[in-house]
Amino acid sequence: MYDCIVIGGGPAGLAAASAAWEQGLRKILLAERDVELGGILNQCIHNGFGLHYFKEELTGPEYAARFAEKLRETGVEVRMDTMVLDLKGAPGRREVHMVSRDKGYCIEEARSVILAMGCRERTRGAISIPGTRPAGVFTAGAAQRYVNMEGWLPGERIVILGSGDIGLIMARRLTLEGAKVLACVELMPYSGGLTRNIVQCLQDYNIPLYLSHTVTEIRGKDRVEQVVVSQVDGRRNPIPGTEMVFDCDTLLLSVGLIPENELSRQAGAEMDPRTNGPRVAENMESISLSGVFACGNVAHVHDLVDFVTEESLRAGAAAAHYVQSQGWESADGEGPVLPVQPGPGVSYVLPQAVRPAEMDKTCTLSFRVSQVFGPCKIILKAGEAQIASFPRERLAPGEMERIPLPKVLLERAQAQSVSVSVEEVSAQ
Amino acid sequence: MKDLICIVCPKGCHLQVDEEHDYAVSGFGCPRGIAYGKAELTAPTRTITSTVRCRGGLYPRCPVKTSKPVPKASIPAVMEALNGVSLTAPVSLGQVVLADVAGTGADIQTTRSMQQR
Ligand SMILES: Cc1cc2nc3c(=O)[nH]c(=O)nc-3n(C[C@H](O)[C@H](O)[C@H](O)COP(=O)(O)OP(=O)(O)OC[C@H]3O[C@@H](n4cnc5c(N)ncnc54)[C@H](O)[C@@H]3O)c2cc1C
Ligand code: SF4
Repeated sequence: MYDCIVIGGGPAGLAAASAAWEQGLRKILLAERDVELGGILNQCIHNGFGLHYFKEELTGPEYAARFAEKLRETGVEVRMDTMVLDLKGAPGRREVHMVSRDKGYCIEEARSVILAMGCRERTRGAISIPGTRPAGVFTAGAAQRYVNMEGWLPGERIVILGSGDIGLIMARRLTLEGAKVLACVELMPYSGGLTRNIVQCLQDYNIPLYLSHTVTEIRGKDRVEQVVVSQVDGRRNPIPGTEMVFDCDTLLLSVGLIPENELSRQAGAEMDPRTNGPRVAENMESISLSGVFACGNVAHVHDLVDFVTEESLRAGAAAAHYVQSQGWESADGEGPVLPVQPGPGVSYVLPQAVRPAEMDKTCTLSFRVSQVFGPCKIILKAGEAQIASFPRERLAPGEMERIPLPKVLLERAQAQSVSVSVEEVSAQ
Repeated sequence: MKDLICIVCPKGCHLQVDEEHDYAVSGFGCPRGIAYGKAELTAPTRTITSTVRCRGGLYPRCPVKTSKPVPKASIPAVMEALNGVSLTAPVSLGQVVLADVAGTGADIQTTRSMQQR
C-alpha cells in the first residue's frame, strides 16, 4: 500500500510529489502517461516561467527540468508511459487502476491520492463553426507541439480564433518560423490572454487583433481555403454585412482549456460547474472524497505555472498531513465547513469551501473576474459583513487574481459562508 | 508622452514614458519597469526562443534561447542563423550551440536535455 499516489507528472504532480516526500511520506508513486516528465511545459519553449517562484525568467522545459531534477533526488517511484484509468476505493484505501506497456493492467492501493492531470483544449466540436470540414483546423496547443517538438509547420497562411495565451504565443512562434499570421480573432470585447502577450506576440509582429469578432464560416474542399470573420453584437451574434474573408490554409483554435476530469468524475468527486474541476477545501482536498487532493490545471485553469507550483506544494504537504494524522479515521473532519462563493463580478473562487479548524493563519483565495474592470476593489465578505477589501487598478478575466483570507477575521465574523466580489470604483 | 505596457513580468503595468524629459517613466509597479520603459523607446530588446534541428534525439527539434535579450531588429538575423544549426543527441541543458549569434554578443543555448532515441 502506498502512502500517496500522484496522477500526472506535469509541474503540479512534480511539486506535489516532492512536497509529500519533504513532509515525510516515503511510499509515493507518481504515474505519468507520457514518456517524459514535465507535462505541457515541454512544448512551451517560450520564456516567462518562474518569475514569481525562481525570480528569473525561464522557458517551459527549463522550469520542468528543475522540478524533475528535484524529484529525482527523492525516493519517489516514477512510472512513465503509465495511464491511470480509474480511481475507486474508500477513504484510507483508495484504488488506482493503471495500465502500462511493461506492467500491463494493475491496481495499486494508496492512503491518499493527488489528482494532477492538467487540462485539455476545447475543440471545434465544442464551439461548432458552420461550414465544411476540411483539413487545416488545429487547436493551438496541438500546433505548438507540432512546431516545437515534432518540427513541422501546420500551414503557411494562418488565422487564429481566440486570444488565449496559447493562441498569442503561437501567433509569434509561427511568424518567426516564416508563416504569415493574418489575424487573431476574439469573440469577446477583451482578450483572454495576458496583456504582455498581446504586446510581445501580436503588436511586436504587427498581427491585427479583432475583438468582438468571430469565425462564421470555414471554406475549402480538402484543405482550408478561406475563413469568414464577422463582427458580433453585444449578445455575441454575428452582425450581417460585416464579413471579412481571409485567404488562408490553416485555422488555429485557441478557445480555452478544460480541466481533465474524467477520472475525478468517475471517482465520484463533487464538481464545480464554474471551474470544471473538483470542489476543493482550503488544503486542496476534494470536498466529497476524503484523502483525494487536486492541484494545478485539473483544479482550475492557470495562466502562470508559478501558482500551479505553489498550490501543488500545498496539496502535497496536505496529503502528507492526512496520511500522518490518519485523516480517514475522521473523514468528515471536525468543525464547520464554510462555502466560499463568487459574488457579483466574479466567475469562480477556489477553494470552494474552507474549514476554519483546519486553516493555517491565512488561506489564498484564487479567482477570476467575469468582465474587465478599471479601477476597482475586491470585497471579501464573511456572511453579510465585509471583512477586507483590496484596491486594484485593473482586473481582467484572462488574469487570475489572488487574495489572502485571514483566519482571525473569519473566526471573529462567526459567519456561515464567505464570498468574493468586485466593484468598480468611480473616479474622483 | 508615450503609453507602453511593461512586458517584464505578467503584471503588465501600464507605463507612461516622457521622451522629452530623459525618458522619465511613471506607472511602474517595480524598478524593472523603469529600465524597460526607457529601453523600449531607445533600444528595444527581446529574448528569443526557438528550436534547432536535432538528429537521433527523442524529438527532432531541440528548444534553444538567446543567453540574453538581443536587439529587436536582429530577430530575423538570429532566426536565419538558427536554420544552420544541427545538433546530434545526446544534448545537455544549457549547452552553447552557437556563440555570438548574428553579432549580437548573445549565445544560443539549449533549454532542455535531449536523450538519444
Ligand atoms: C500552451 C500553454 C502555454 C502556457 N504559457 C505559460 C507561460 O508563458 N507562463 C506561465 O507561467 N505559464 C504558462 N502556462 C500555464 C502552465 O504551464 C500550466 O498551467 C501548467 O503547466 C499546468 O500544470 P499541470 O501539471 O496542472 O498540467 P500539465 O502540465 O498539463 O500536466 C499534466 C500531466 O498529467 C498527465 N496525465 C493526464 N492524465 C493522466 C492519466 N490519466 N494518467 C497519467 N497521467 C496523466 C499528462 O500527460 C501531463 O503530463 C501555459 C499553459 C499552456 C497550456
Ligand atoms: S513594472 Fe515591474 S511589476 Fe510592473 S509589469 Fe513591469 S516588471 Fe512587472
